[in-house]
Amino acid sequence: MSNSDEHMGKKDKLSGEKSRNASSDYRQIFHEVSLKHASRRRITDKIISILAIVCVIGAIIPLGSILLEVIKNGAAVISIQFLTQPPGSIGSDSGGIGPAIQGTLITVGLASLIGAPIGILSGIYLSEFAPAGSGKGVKERAISFFANTIRLFNDVLTGLPSIVIGIVGYVTIVLAINSFSVWAGAFALSIIMIPIISRVTEETLKLVPNSLREAGYSLGISKSKITLFIVLKYAKDGVLTGVILAIARIAGETAPLIMTILGTSLFFTGLTGPVDALPLKIWRLASQPYESAHAFGWGAALVLILIILILSASIRIIAHGKGIRVRTGTI
Amino acid sequence: MTSGSIHLNTDIKERVSSFLVGDRKRKKIGDKVFHGLVLGTAAYTLFIIVIVVFSVGVGSAKIFSHEGFIGFVTGTNWNAVEGRESYGALPYIIGTLMSSGIALLIGVPMSLGIAFFLAEMAPSRLSSPLSFVIELLAAVPSIIYGLWALFVFRFLIKDWIETPLYNTLGPYIPFFNQAPFGLDVFSAGIVLAIMIIPIVSSISRDVMKAVPDTQREAAYSLGATRWETSRMAVFPYGKSGLLGASILGLGRAVGETMLVTLIIGNAIGPSAIPTTLFSQSQTLSSLIANEFNEASSDLQLSALIGLGAVLLILTMIINIGARLMVSKMVKVSPGGRE
Repeated sequence: MSNSDEHMGKKDKLSGEKSRNASSDYRQIFHEVSLKHASRRRITDKIISILAIVCVIGAIIPLGSILLEVIKNGAAVISIQFLTQPPGSIGSDSGGIGPAIQGTLITVGLASLIGAPIGILSGIYLSEFAPAGSGKGVKERAISFFANTIRLFNDVLTGLPSIVIGIVGYVTIVLAINSFSVWAGAFALSIIMIPIISRVTEETLKLVPNSLREAGYSLGISKSKITLFIVLKYAKDGVLTGVILAIARIAGETAPLIMTILGTSLFFTGLTGPVDALPLKIWRLASQPYESAHAFGWGAALVLILIILILSASIRIIAHGKGIRVRTGTI
Repeated sequence: MTSGSIHLNTDIKERVSSFLVGDRKRKKIGDKVFHGLVLGTAAYTLFIIVIVVFSVGVGSAKIFSHEGFIGFVTGTNWNAVEGRESYGALPYIIGTLMSSGIALLIGVPMSLGIAFFLAEMAPSRLSSPLSFVIELLAAVPSIIYGLWALFVFRFLIKDWIETPLYNTLGPYIPFFNQAPFGLDVFSAGIVLAIMIIPIVSSISRDVMKAVPDTQREAAYSLGATRWETSRMAVFPYGKSGLLGASILGLGRAVGETMLVTLIIGNAIGPSAIPTTLFSQSQTLSSLIANEFNEASSDLQLSALIGLGAVLLILTMIINIGARLMVSKMVKVSPGGRE
């Protein structure tokens, strides 16, 4: 490193013939050195390449194993009765996971009704009403500071452990109405959804060509209508993938549900009462010492993974060929 | 007929134009209402943050007044018996850091390898379906990782990795000297590593792709091999982004609950401090999940929320640091590949 620096320094200072000499010197040295180590360097390169491929395979094997085990063990117990009936007595292999499926649909549905509009509107604000460029005036700077704060806090919320969000649902709603409830679960899950949807919406709306907005303004259309009927409409596929992404994410959340909806073996009784949910059911079943419970756990896992895979596949289908970037892994 | 259709047309035109343009006053009010609405929803994030801090603070107030913050964080007992109640978070903080540390040690090099393959080696025909498969790993809920770890992976790791390590290194190094059981801090660390690989590798791939091609071309023109190009031109250019990706993975591992609960062995009290690689342990989040519904007193519940407070502080520091590093890198790189 220092050697080459020296050469570079020399090269700058020298001129004319000397410079040509120096650079041919340099070339000579470089050539010799690179030839001397060529085979070793090529072998290192090969080894690293092989290691990288091993890493990729090493990541795919667990995925394959998980999917295989879930399908193999889960398919054995799936039946109409399993999908619709409430669980039988503990340790027996009768009954099913009906309440858990119903509870997941209700809790996730309610969370989406709360989270999706808030997330989308918040994303609209960040993209359309808070330009990222720093303006000169005090007002512009205040808006930009506010928007950056929101972005940072959205990121902080995305990174919050879900169990902490469960505590929030417990303290604010369960303690307030003195009952484990669907509301508490949905509120907790909506906290997980909002930053994801807000972020995807903001990123998608920013990709809408400005000429569309300008066309709207030139016709004298108000900003709210431009945003809702031109910008949002143009970007609706991207926003939709964000919403589905968030739904897929919360459908598998377990930790916040422990302290909010509690889990029960009964069907839905009301929004202020406890319900069951698939991930919660899997956890409870896995913790029981019975073979039949474990088998039911695998069955519930298969149902859950199918729901999530269908959601993920629909994201791909919506996004296909439309230049929408889906970042399942990074959010 | 014709006049009717013309009438209809102008009618529609008027309606459309009045819908689109409206009269000025209504337009102004509509805009104001809409602006207020989106501003309000954006500010909802601030409200949530306040609610988070408030509820964790209120919930844990009792334990911090009972033990003191320092006392709680450094204490090792976990005793819920009335009259002898004593709660300390230290074993679980150590358990959390150790399992996440193992996850990072295994997960980060693997993720970098994957990112290197996806960004630098693979043709796009191969790299985009592969990225999809890896991101599928991210879509699998952690409870299913836990189920798999408890009923499948635990036996594999015990027979193929832990027992050989114990047999060869155990007699000489105390750190390996405990008969492995499969449910321990090492297994938890490895499953956590599998879980953080998708997030770390996909962000690392984005960071590497954001490195301008001129960097690579410069290295190639000097005769560097592909690996040397990455080592000398790509990694140094993207190091803050890569570091950020790793720390983000750390944040995930620290906060992960369900799979850890199922596989870490759930020790309680001073014995939850892992003294060997194969010790049963407990993390902050797994203890909360295990005991929350069985808490016998308000003080125990408060102690569990206190663990949540410690976890909250830990992850906030980790995440803000990581995000700042990643955004610095990914945003400020003109001329990147994407």
